[in-house]
Parts: sequence; structure tokens; C-alpha cells
Amino acid sequence: MVEKGFEVISEFNFLVFLIPFIPFFASMITLIFGKKYFKENSHWLPVLGVFTSFLISLKVLLDVIHGKIYDFDLYKWIVAGHLKVGLGFLVDPLSIMMTCMVLSLSFLIHVYSIGYMHDDKGYYRFFSYISLFTFSMLMLVLSNNLLQLFLGWEAVGLCSYLLIGFWYEKRSAANAAKKAFIVNRVGDFGFALGVFSVFYFIGSLYYTDLFKHLDLIANKYISFWGLKVHVPFLIAFLLFCGAMGKSAQFPLHVWLPDAMEGPTPVSALIHAATMVTAGVFMVSRLHSLFELSNAAMAMVAFVGAFTCFMAGSIAPTRFDIKRIIAYSTMSQLGYMFMACGVGAFAVGMFHLFTHAYFKALLFLGSGSVIHALHTNDIRKMGGLKKFMPVTYITFLIGSLALAGVPGFAGFFSKDAILSMSFFSKYPWGKAVWFVGLVVVLLTSFYTFRLIFRAFCGEYKGPKDHRIHESPKVMTIPLIILAIGAIVTGYLGVPEALGGHPIFYHFLEPVLGKPHVVEGSKTVEYTLMALSVSVCFFGIFLAWLTYMKYPSLQYVISSNFRRFYEFFYRKWYFDEVYNCVFVQGALWLGKWVVIKISDNIIIDGAINGSAWLVRTVGQGLRKVHNGIVNYYSAFVLIGLVIYFIGYLILMK
Amino acid sequence: MVPMNYYIVLAFILFFIGLMGFILRRNLIVMLVSIEVMLNGIIILFAAISHYVKDVSGYIIIFFVIASAAAESAVGLTLAVLIYKKLKTVYSTDINNFNG
Repeated sequence: MVEKGFEVISEFNFLVFLIPFIPFFASMITLIFGKKYFKENSHWLPVLGVFTSFLISLKVLLDVIHGKIYDFDLYKWIVAGHLKVGLGFLVDPLSIMMTCMVLSLSFLIHVYSIGYMHDDKGYYRFFSYISLFTFSMLMLVLSNNLLQLFLGWEAVGLCSYLLIGFWYEKRSAANAAKKAFIVNRVGDFGFALGVFSVFYFIGSLYYTDLFKHLDLIANKYISFWGLKVHVPFLIAFLLFCGAMGKSAQFPLHVWLPDAMEGPTPVSALIHAATMVTAGVFMVSRLHSLFELSNAAMAMVAFVGAFTCFMAGSIAPTRFDIKRIIAYSTMSQLGYMFMACGVGAFAVGMFHLFTHAYFKALLFLGSGSVIHALHTNDIRKMGGLKKFMPVTYITFLIGSLALAGVPGFAGFFSKDAILSMSFFSKYPWGKAVWFVGLVVVLLTSFYTFRLIFRAFCGEYKGPKDHRIHESPKVMTIPLIILAIGAIVTGYLGVPEALGGHPIFYHFLEPVLGKPHVVEGSKTVEYTLMALSVSVCFFGIFLAWLTYMKYPSLQYVISSNFRRFYEFFYRKWYFDEVYNCVFVQGALWLGKWVVIKISDNIIIDGAINGSAWLVRTVGQGLRKVHNGIVNYYSAFVLIGLVIYFIGYLILMK
Repeated sequence: MVPMNYYIVLAFILFFIGLMGFILRRNLIVMLVSIEVMLNGIIILFAAISHYVKDVSGYIIIFFVIASAAAESAVGLTLAVLIYKKLKTVYSTDINNFNG
């Protein structure tokens, strides 16, 4: 997979080693000594650690730009027969891009958390966990084999669990953490099976070997319960199960909105910008495997498109500021998978990259609002732009980027996805494009619904509450992210607009060129104009509904009760899952585990052994009567039996 | 010369009488006497065999057996007396303190 023109360095490189391990050590030291010694100074070590890592990653990024690729093993982790897995690093354009993105966001969010989390009694715990998360994510992206990817994959899941349940005294937070962990477990089970089958069919877990030997399985079929299954599809499907869990795609998406119970910086870092993109990253990393099977690509595209539309349709019905953004995250992740599903992996990664900045910005902005108002409910907000100008302006920039207004980052990446899917050589490209276009409308609508309700109009909260702008330590990361939400887009200005998309050129050696048919410039301009006008129409609709004629808001919810209820109840996914899986598991527990296995088998074994001992004891008790004549008779009988047996055996 | 078989039969009869006496009688004194009868049966066997094979080791064992039998009956009778003092009975069926 490594193209010519790169110099592969396979010796141990200390700088690369330091990138993930500085946050790791910072995290561990903070966790051990934080409670007693660092206390309210706990943030220094993680912040400095992540910043150092970030500087190192920039240095390594320069190396990669100058044509170096690092691929080395730190040590042999597991050696068992043919299975040889090392703990190693692969630094190529794809992973270094992810690394820089993760570290820059992680650093800004660390800084922001100093303000957001101050006076929390778990201060040191928080910094330790997000540093640990940074380490896990870096292990995930920098790994050079699938097993280490899985290690990082599970470790980010663990950090996500720890941080969603950070305020564990709150019942809803503890439940949300459990939900996230369990739903992810379903996906990870598939992912683990995928890793096993990669080893079974290819015989190695290293990416380099894997890509070298892909032709072994390209046309292989195995029969499975009488069905002939294409091996690449099987592997891709299993691995994609993991991606569905981690990236919150249908049908494993239910955990992401609930994950908003965690502190807001966590939502920004983990549940918007980095961890949830692990699935997209994995699909892009293994793109040549996915490309072997058209069915797998179609699956990726359709799951992405469906989730994209579903999340986009739920978001306008939410009233919790963080959940609106959470649904938009799901929807944007759907876009990324759509891009992957039509073969435009670099574009998917580009959307991941821009989305990370503006979504982190939106989350931190909403965190700033929550910090000031102590409520998540947008019905109790309004008119905040007077009180919090910095938050308002940065939030607006993030929203413009999310909605895809020209000039902001989201426009370039989203538009690239739409045009790539329109021109895709895969037959489902047009359908995906259409869904994408519809979701553009939904996105701009719900984004500006949020802006209009929270920041414009009159303040609707309690009157005695004095609202203040957040401290500098929170607003400066917002400003930097707002710059990022504009600037990152210009790394990938499409050629049709006279740009020079260095982002795509940078990733091309790893991800290849998108699979498109040649389209004319006019069609491309038309598509662009169409999506921009749809986006503006969505904003206009939101303005009409929430600013101009507020009575319009209730038109749908009161006239089409059923219809509205369907979206308000999140397509009844929680209810259905509760009914089928939770109640099913409870039923199984009550009637099978308790009634049969517990009451009959386990209790039966225990009570039965007690009964056996008691009965035998009662029987033997009669013999043990304390009278010496009987005992001597038994000795005699025993001797006689012994002699008879002896004589018989001697014969 | 009395044949060897006679001695063996005699020894067996004595031993069996003693055994049955020990198992079936309930009086502790009688049980101790039965033990002596069993031992005497064995002593006769030893003496007979020693005589027939012309080896003195059998006679030597007999002395040991007689000595230990004397000691045993002394201890046994003492115990019987003590048991009688404590429980006011010498019948083994009444001495069932170890009944389970």
C-alpha cells in the first residue's frame, strides 16, 4: 500500500514512540498522585504532555511530507505459532493526519476543560482520563497491525465509558455509560471476529502483509449454512460491525445521544471529534479490503446514508442543546461513511478532518452556554448573543461550517462528498447523493433552529440569573477552533473552484484516487449551486419558523401528531431495543436463568449434595450405635469379605 | 503321636468359641474371658506348629502372647471395674455413649 516515492524507515524512532506515550505517562502520574498532591493543579501535566506530543507530531508530519514513512515494531507482543503481533507504529500520511488532528483538538479541549471543570471534585480524574483517551486514540491510529488497532479501539471505549459516567452519582449518567459500553460491545464482538477472520484467511495482522496478500482472498468464497459468502465481504462486514458501534451508525447508534450525559469537553473530544471517527478511519485504513467487495461498499454507503437521514430527521425535534449537536454528529458521520461507500475515501477523511474542528467548536460553544446558564434546554435560552458575544460568534461560525455555507470548512468537504457520490462509478452513488442533499436541508434547518432559539430573540430563562461570558481559558480555545473551522476547509478546495486540494494529494498515496467517472464542470457547478441553495433554503426555513412566524413551530407538532411523535421518539429505536433486547434479556433471565438453570440445576446440585450427605449419614448412623459387640462383628464381616475377595482374586 | 490336624481343629474351635463369645455375649467380663479363649486357641496353634517343624520360635512367641494377654486382661478388668463404678453396669449394650 505504500507507494513509491516514500522512504520506509523500519528502525525504532524515539519521537514516534513519544507521541502516544507522553500523554500516557502524564495520565498515569496524574491518576496516581492527583488526589493527594496535585489537586487543583492536576491539569498542568496532561496539558503540557499533550502539547509536547502535539509539537512532536508536527515534526513527524514534516518528515512525512518530506517523504518518510515510519513502520516499526516496538517489541513482539504476542508470538504464538503463526500468529506474530508486535506493538508497533505505522506513520504514513493517513495516520499522521489523524494524529495531528487528535492532538491539536485534545490540547485545545484540555485547555478549555481547565475552565469548564474547575471546582469539580473529580478534577484530577478528569484530566487523567482525557489524557488516557488521547493515548488510546493515538495507539489506535498509529498502530501498524489490526490487533493493536483493536487494543486502541477497546481502550477508547473504556475511556468513553469512564468519562460518560464521570458524574457517576447521577443515575442517568451511570446508565448512559453502561449503555454506551454495552452497545459498543456488540459491535466490538463483530470487530474481533473480523480480526480473527483476517488472520484465518490471510495469516497476518500487519497492514503491510495484509495488503500484499489481498489477492489471496479476492475471489474466495466459503459456504456458510449453505450460503456461498464472498470472503472479503464477510471480513468487511464483521469489521464494519465494529465501525457501526464506535461511529454510532444504524443499528448501533443508540448510545451516542445518551453519551451527552458526560461533561461537555468529553462530548467534544470523544463523542464528536475523535473517538467516533475511529470507524471511518478504520474503513479508510482498510479501504483496499472493502473495495474488493461491492456488497461491502454498498453496505457502508447505505448504512451511512440511512443514519445520516435518520439522525438529521431526529435533530430538529430535540430541545437539549447537546443532543441536537449529538444527532448532527451522527448525521455527519453518516456523510463520512457515504463518502467511503462510494469509494471516495480521501473525501471522507477530509470531512472527518473539517468536521472534527467545527463539531468540537460547537460542543465547546454549547459547553460555554451550559456553563453560564446551568441548563441544556434551548427553550430556556434565547437572546444570548447580548450576554456572550464571543461564544455567539464562534458558535455561529461553527454552525455555518456545519450547515455547509460557502467559505466555511464544512462546505468544501460536504460538497466534495456530494459531487463524488454523484460522479461515483458505483451504481448507488446517485441515491446516496440524493439522501445527502436532503440532509443538507435538514442540517441547515436544525443548526439554525438552534442558533435562533438559543442566541436570538428574547431571553426566556429565570430572570434573576446573571449571565456572564465564560473565562478566557474557555473562549480562547473557541476562537482558535473557529479559525480552524474556516481554515481547514481551504486545504481541500476542489479543482473546479480553481483550488489546489493539498489534503487529497497528501492522502493519495494511502487512499488512492476516488472512483469517479469523468463529469463535466457544468454539472459540478450545478450540483454545487443546488446544494448551496438547499442549504440557504434550510436557513431561511429556520428563520421563518423561529424568528418571523414563531407560531409555525407548532404546525407540524400539532397537526401531524403521529408523524411528529415518530421523530420525537427517535424513530422508536429506544423503545424497540428496550422491548426486544432489554426485555428479552430480562425474560431470559427470569424464566430461563432463574427458573431453570438457577433453581433447578445450580440449586439442585447444591441442595442435592446436601440431601445426599444427610441421607447417607442417616443410614450410617444406625450402624454407629456405640456398642462394642456390633463393632467387633463389623470387623469380622470386613475380614471375611476381605478374605473372600482375596481368594477370588487369587484364583 | 497325635496328628497335626487335630491340633488345628482344636485351635480353630477354641478361636471360634472365643470369637462368638466376644461378639454375642454382653457381659464385659465374659467378653474379656472370650478374648483369652481366642488367644489360647492361637497359642495351641503356635505350639503345635513349633513342635512339628522343630523350631523354637513358636514357643517364644507363645511366651510373649501369654505375657501380653496377662497385661491385657489386667488392664481390661480394671477398665471393667471403672466402667461399673461409673455407669453401674457391665453390659455392653448399656454402654452406648458413642451412639451416633
